[in-house]
Amino acid sequence: MTETRFPSPFEVPTPEGCEGWEDLYPYYYLFSEERRELEESKFWFFDGMHHPDVLYPFDTITSESWWVALGEMNSRVYIVPPALGIDHRVLNGRLYISANAITDEEVVGARVAHFMERAGYYYENWDELYAKWQDKARETIEELKAVEVKPLPEMEDIEVVRSGRGLTSAYDLLVAYNRVIENMHKIWHLHFEFLNLGYAAYLTYFGFCKQLFPDIPDQVVAQMVAGIDVLLFRPDAELKKLAAKAVELGVGDAIKDGADPEAVIAALEQSDAGQQWIAALEKAKDPWFYFSTGSGFYHHHKTWINDQTFPFAGIAGYIRKLEAGESIERPFDEVIAERDRLATEYAALLDGDDLKNFNDQLGLARTVFPFIEDHNFYVEHWHHAVFWNKMREFGQIFVDAGFFEEVDDMFYLHRFEVQAALYDLIASWGVGTPARGPGYWPKEVARRRELFAKLSEWQPLPALGEPPEVVTEPFTIMLWGITTDSVRNWLGIDAGEDADYDLSGFAGSPGTVEGVARVILSADGLGDIQDGEILVCPITNPSWGPVFSKIAGAVTDIGGMMSHASIVCREYGVPAVVGTGFATQRIKTGQRLLVNGAEGTVKFLD
Amino acid sequence: MTADTRYILKFEECHEDCVALVGGKSTGLGSMIRAGVPVPPGFAVTTHAYRAMLGNGGLEREIAEILEGADSDDVDGLDAISDKIGAKIIERPIPPAVESAIREGYEELVALCSGPNGSDTPTDSLPVAVRSSATAEDLPGASFAGQQDTFLWVVGIDDVLTHVKRCWASLYTARAIAYRMERGFAHEKVYMSVCIQKMVNARSAGVMFTLNPINGDRSKVAIDASWGLGESVASGEVTPDNYLVDKIAMKIAKRTVSLKAIEYRAIPGERRVAKTEVPVDRRDAPCLSDDEILALSRVARSVEARHQRPQDLEWAIDADLEPPNNVLLLQSRPETVWSDRDRVQVSESNHSTLDYIVANLRTGVRLRPAELDSAESGGVH
Repeated sequence: MTETRFPSPFEVPTPEGCEGWEDLYPYYYLFSEERRELEESKFWFFDGMHHPDVLYPFDTITSESWWVALGEMNSRVYIVPPALGIDHRVLNGRLYISANAITDEEVVGARVAHFMERAGYYYENWDELYAKWQDKARETIEELKAVEVKPLPEMEDIEVVRSGRGLTSAYDLLVAYNRVIENMHKIWHLHFEFLNLGYAAYLTYFGFCKQLFPDIPDQVVAQMVAGIDVLLFRPDAELKKLAAKAVELGVGDAIKDGADPEAVIAALEQSDAGQQWIAALEKAKDPWFYFSTGSGFYHHHKTWINDQTFPFAGIAGYIRKLEAGESIERPFDEVIAERDRLATEYAALLDGDDLKNFNDQLGLARTVFPFIEDHNFYVEHWHHAVFWNKMREFGQIFVDAGFFEEVDDMFYLHRFEVQAALYDLIASWGVGTPARGPGYWPKEVARRRELFAKLSEWQPLPALGEPPEVVTEPFTIMLWGITTDSVRNWLGIDAGEDADYDLSGFAGSPGTVEGVARVILSADGLGDIQDGEILVCPITNPSWGPVFSKIAGAVTDIGGMMSHASIVCREYGVPAVVGTGFATQRIKTGQRLLVNGAEGTVKFLD
Repeated sequence: MTADTRYILKFEECHEDCVALVGGKSTGLGSMIRAGVPVPPGFAVTTHAYRAMLGNGGLEREIAEILEGADSDDVDGLDAISDKIGAKIIERPIPPAVESAIREGYEELVALCSGPNGSDTPTDSLPVAVRSSATAEDLPGASFAGQQDTFLWVVGIDDVLTHVKRCWASLYTARAIAYRMERGFAHEKVYMSVCIQKMVNARSAGVMFTLNPINGDRSKVAIDASWGLGESVASGEVTPDNYLVDKIAMKIAKRTVSLKAIEYRAIPGERRVAKTEVPVDRRDAPCLSDDEILALSRVARSVEARHQRPQDLEWAIDADLEPPNNVLLLQSRPETVWSDRDRVQVSESNHSTLDYIVANLRTGVRLRPAELDSAESGGVH
């Protein structure tokens, strides 16, 4: 008998030893009796794409930010006719989300005129507004960088008195904290200023292509709008430039794969050529090393700016390739020529209104696409790399005051708790009595750390509740790739015994390849990947750029045709199957696979 | 007119200006090959060979004498004349230089066709089709429609040589003599060329359209394919594999592999085609590889471009030939169902891009697998 629904969130047991996990999160994140009827009526799916790991209490801030911002833009700003926001809940430490649709056709109809006016304005003025957006995004990052997080002095400076300021360092610290939190919400508002509209335009173009040319492969539709000069590829391009520079300066030998970046820099400082290379490196760092090796949604996702091991390994790899006479350039011209050939030849098959509509919709898709591809660098990479480091400055103040043993312990507190701890700290500073924090938090953090480790062992269910008949929320479709097929896959409705594959997902990037699997659960494992292996991971990340010149194929648990994995694999010409749901669970490192990136299937060869 | 005086020319050497030398059939095959249309390989025996056979005027004079006083309305008389001339040509030995050229041509063809696929054709018995093709020296474009003889299943060099002579002799069938007399062609100015072409030994074959015949979508090539010769597909005796290829992106968009229980195979020794059962292990296996599917699609595209309209094509994968030369086009004709219709517009008129976006948002994407709904209505939970 086929199951027609996933377990209710209220039926999912708490894993052994994880009792009390609910304390880690703000109350509104939890499934609760008060909202049980509503919550059980909805379809929730695990957002492993952005939040693959257990949510650190503090790191819920990224989820909260997009919870609010995505919803507002749909529901209150652009008045997307059938879609409100996406709701968030945490279950056993994992983030589950649910699109909130409007099903009353009358209400939907009443929203149309507003949407036409509002979205229409953005579509018409897209380029101008997007140019403005880029300035706003940079300003927001600058504002964040400018926030000063200063330790509390023993005694306020005399200037406080002489200037008649009347305010103190404690007040400044509290303000600084609030500014940083506000700044996070601000960047996420900007994140969704264009994205919903961009996806809606792209999905419409996609659907129209499918109507005009039934069975046209998804990738081909995407190929016709493929970006030129995509920002997400710039960091990798910078590594290539640095590799070329090292070869040109004759210092290539100093940068060996696996060498400690600090030692390499120390050695390079000894020569003029080395110093020239270091100057080039420093120039490339801002902003291109503000790049996460994960989704950027968590404080522990490593960034190039904090840990240069990864970019240095990339540079070393490119140097070796250059020395071997190989080309490291991506075939840009070919990608562009092919995109234009495809568009021209499909258009040549059309006439009348169809031709006009195809050109209009393709034109709009190409207009919105740079934002779709580039916003991610500004927000999740650049901004968040600065954000997590800014938070660590608060962490250091807490460590100095004895609240935590280590800076990152702070992330076991959610943001309201951090604010409470901050209040504890400034009150004790003001009064001159001990804070409760040093006695309270180290024990609590130890307990949470243990809980967290246990929660990490829990294998999250792909979805909860009953799937709705139709999804109208653009993100759900485009980004997470939630479709009839993925739901079928999750429910274990197999392709049947006749199927010539073991795992199916989205055809992310074309090509067929046979090879040995390397299962990687986080960026830390990237160093293990050998040339020609097939990368199997929860999701890929564009910052893994250098890895893509090594691997022969990629298989991911999560993702749709526009997920980062698909975009990056297409750009690098690596066959990929994304959104398989279970690849990291079902495939073992060393297993031989046949990856068919055109069909979206994976076959286990042993 | 080319200065080429060779007795045989491979199809690919038969250029447009060779038509007086090799006839329309071989010239057509040559131009198809050069345009990237893969036809079964072979060669033409040129009119130089025919003229060499005639000798230094000796046989030509004898023929002229026999033809004297022929009456195009006297059917019996023409038959007698035809028999007499035919016997003269058949009796006459082929000049050694011509014979060795044909021998060489056939041997080369045999070598080319000793393909990789475990072909069961012995090298000395490659079946070919031998066709006559008359040409008029001063009227290279003249049609001798309906007068071409075709001999199928010609096997081995001796048989080939005999049939070349029969083709030469067919220049003087009663019908051909009457045709020339009625149209005022001088008999001695009309020569015979011969076209020798490999018979297809299909491992797989079928038909394809340069559009999707289900919905008229011109961005596709639709291929129906089954094991063996194309008869099984044409007759509807098997449900063929069906492959849908996006011919602009050159990607396989859809494949449906069917159970194919019977096939038609050539039995060269018996000079016939036989219907046999497909061994169990091949029945539900795809009868085309991805490379072959794409190669066929490229052929379809180039033939369509050549004719500038959608085509309905017969093709085969030849077991005797090495890839990529094993993909053969056997027949092309214009597609008639969709080509003559106007495209049905998908667009609603007066719909703006924004209208489409709204409509698309309202439609959304179907999420519940349909079988869940039916399972539910059946009360299964």
